[in-house]
Amino acid sequence: MRMGKFKLNHYINYIVIGALTLSLTAVTLAGGRFDSSLLFLLEKIAISIVLAVSLSLVVGFLGELSLGHAGFMCVGAYLGGKVAALLVPALGNGPLTFLISLVVGGAVAAVCGIIIGIPALRLRGDYLAIVTLAFGEIVKSLFQNTSDETFGGALGLETPRYDKKYLFIFAFVIVLITLAAVQNFIRSKHGRAVTAIRDNEIAARATGINVTKYKLLTFTLSATFAGIAGVLYSFSNYTVQSAKFGYNYSIEILVMVVLGGMGSINGSIIAATLITFLNTKLATILTGDLAVLQNLLYAVILIIIVIYNNAPALKNFREKYNLQNLLRKLLRHKHDPDHVKDDEAKWDVVPTKIEMNEILSIDLTPQDKKGNTGNGGDK
Amino acid sequence: MSDYILETKDLGISFGGLKAAQDVNIRIRKNQIYGLIGPNGAGKTTVFNLLTGVYKPTAGTFYLDGEELKGLPQDKINHKGIARTFQNIRLFNNMTVVRNVMVGLHDRPEFKCSVAASLFRLPRHFKVEKAMREKAKELLRIFDLEGERNNLAHNLPYGKQRKLEIARALATEPKLLLLDEPAAGMNPHETEDLVKTIRFIRDHFDMTILLIEHDMKFVAGLCDEITVLNFGTVLAQGDTKTALSDPEVIKAYIGG
Repeated sequence: MRMGKFKLNHYINYIVIGALTLSLTAVTLAGGRFDSSLLFLLEKIAISIVLAVSLSLVVGFLGELSLGHAGFMCVGAYLGGKVAALLVPALGNGPLTFLISLVVGGAVAAVCGIIIGIPALRLRGDYLAIVTLAFGEIVKSLFQNTSDETFGGALGLETPRYDKKYLFIFAFVIVLITLAAVQNFIRSKHGRAVTAIRDNEIAARATGINVTKYKLLTFTLSATFAGIAGVLYSFSNYTVQSAKFGYNYSIEILVMVVLGGMGSINGSIIAATLITFLNTKLATILTGDLAVLQNLLYAVILIIIVIYNNAPALKNFREKYNLQNLLRKLLRHKHDPDHVKDDEAKWDVVPTKIEMNEILSIDLTPQDKKGNTGNGGDK
Repeated sequence: MSDYILETKDLGISFGGLKAAQDVNIRIRKNQIYGLIGPNGAGKTTVFNLLTGVYKPTAGTFYLDGEELKGLPQDKINHKGIARTFQNIRLFNNMTVVRNVMVGLHDRPEFKCSVAASLFRLPRHFKVEKAMREKAKELLRIFDLEGERNNLAHNLPYGKQRKLEIARALATEPKLLLLDEPAAGMNPHETEDLVKTIRFIRDHFDMTILLIEHDMKFVAGLCDEITVLNFGTVLAQGDTKTALSDPEVIKAYIGG
C-alpha cells in the first residue's frame, strides 16, 4: 500500500525518542539504576513534550491561541490521580491501574476540550485566548475548593506511588503515542482541512470544509493529550496541587510551542526538552540566596533564544549554523528553497491569528540597510 | 423546475434599514455563462454571499437544480453544488499548490476517510491520499499549474493564483461556479487568456458559470445573458447586448 520512498524526516522523531527509550529501558532491565533526580527529570521532559506537542496542534496548526492548556492538564491530573487512588486497593499498583487512569483522565479532559471548543467556534484571537485563560483559572479554583475527602482541597490530592524505576518508560511510550496521533492527524486529509482553516477560514468554508467539526475535533484531541500528560504528572509527583496549574504554566507550555517554531512538531519537542531541562537545572544549581536569580536567568536565556530565532540581522548567521542545514550537509542532501516538497512546507513562518512573530521579533536592522537582508543566503 | 440550474425568487437581504439587495430574480440555464454587473456598491457581491450562504436571505429564496438551498450553512451549500472564487484572492497561502486543490477534494464522496482511519493509518488512508493527489494533479494539469504543484500558493504570480482559486473551486465538483471579478487586476493579455479559460471550463467540465465583472468588453464578449444591478435592485436583464444598451443601464453607469 505504501508508495514513494521512505521519508526520513517524517520518522526522525520516532527514531530518536524510540532509540533513547529502548536504550534506557535496556539499562534498567539489565539491573542498572539511574539517579532518582535523573529519572524525575526524564519524566518531566516526557510530560512537557506531550503538553507542547498537543498544544501545537491548536496554536500551530489550527492557528488559535489557547492559554488554558494547563487547565486540561489539571483536570487529567486530578481525575487520573483520584481514579488510581480508588483502583489501587482492588487492582494493585500495576500497569492496569495506570492504564485505566490514563484513559479516564484523557477522556474527562476531552469532554472539557469540547466544552471549551464550543466558544472557540465563535471567538478568535485575543478573545478566545481570554476565554481559555479563564477556563484554566476556573478549573484551578474549582479543585482548590473541593473538600478534603474528594480531591484534597487546598492540601492537594495524594496519588499512589508508582514504581519510579519503570515510570519513565511508560512516560516515553506515551510520548511516542502522542507523536503518532498528532502527526498522523496532521499528515492526513483532516489535518489538511485544519491548516486550511488556519490559512483562510472564509475560503475553507466556501470550499466545503466543516469548520465547526474540525475546530472541535482539534480542541478535543489537544485537550485529551493534555489530560493524559496530567495523569502522568500525578503519577510522577505523588501529589497534585492545583496551584501548579495556573496561567504561568499554560504560558510556559505556549513558550515551548512558540520557541520551537509555530507548527513544527520537532521544534516543540526540542524546545520542551530544553526548557524543562533548563528550569530543573536552574532550580538545583541556584539554591539559597542565589535562588532569586532563577527566574532572571531563565528570562535572559529565553530572550536570547527568541532574538536568535527571529532577529532579521542574524538571518545569514542563522542559515549558516542551522541544525537542519548542517544535517543536510552531513547527508549531502541538496535543498532547493523554490521547490519545497509537499510535506516540508515551511510551517514556522505561519502566523497565528494573533501575530506572534510581531510580538516576539525585534527588528535590529537599521532602516537604510534593510534592503540587504531580504534576499541574503537563500541559495 | 429544473429547466434552470439556478433560480432565485425575490431574493433579498436588508441590514437594519439598508436593503443591500431586494427582489433579485435570476434564472440561469445549464451551460450558460451569466454575467452580474452594476456600478460599485450595487450589491453584486452581496448576491454572491447570499447564494453561498455567507448571508442568510431576509426575503425570497433560491433553488439550485430545483432544490431549495436557502438557509443552509456555507459548507452544505458547497456540497450541494455551488462553488465560488473571491474578489480578493483567498488561497491557503502557506500550503503547497497541490494541497490547495486537495482541500477542494476533501468532501467528495469517493475520497471519504474517517478520522480513525487516518489516526490508525488504515489502508483506506493511504488509498485515499494517493487517489486525491492524483486527482489534484490532473486538475492542475488542466490549468497548466502542474509544474508549480510543490510551490507555496502565495509564491505564485497573480494570474496563476486566480487560476489556482478556480481549480480549487472546481475540485469540489460544483454544478454552478461563481466567479467574483475574475479579471480584476489583470492586463489585457491575461484577460484574453482568462476568457479562453472560462469558455474551456464551461465546455470541459460541462459547467454553468455566474460571474461578476466590471470590464464591459470582457462581459460583452463572454456572457450569454446578464443581470444589471443598481442600488440592490435589478435594473435590466436578459440578452447581453440588449441589456447593455438599455438607457437605464447607460444612465446608471454614466450618471445623470
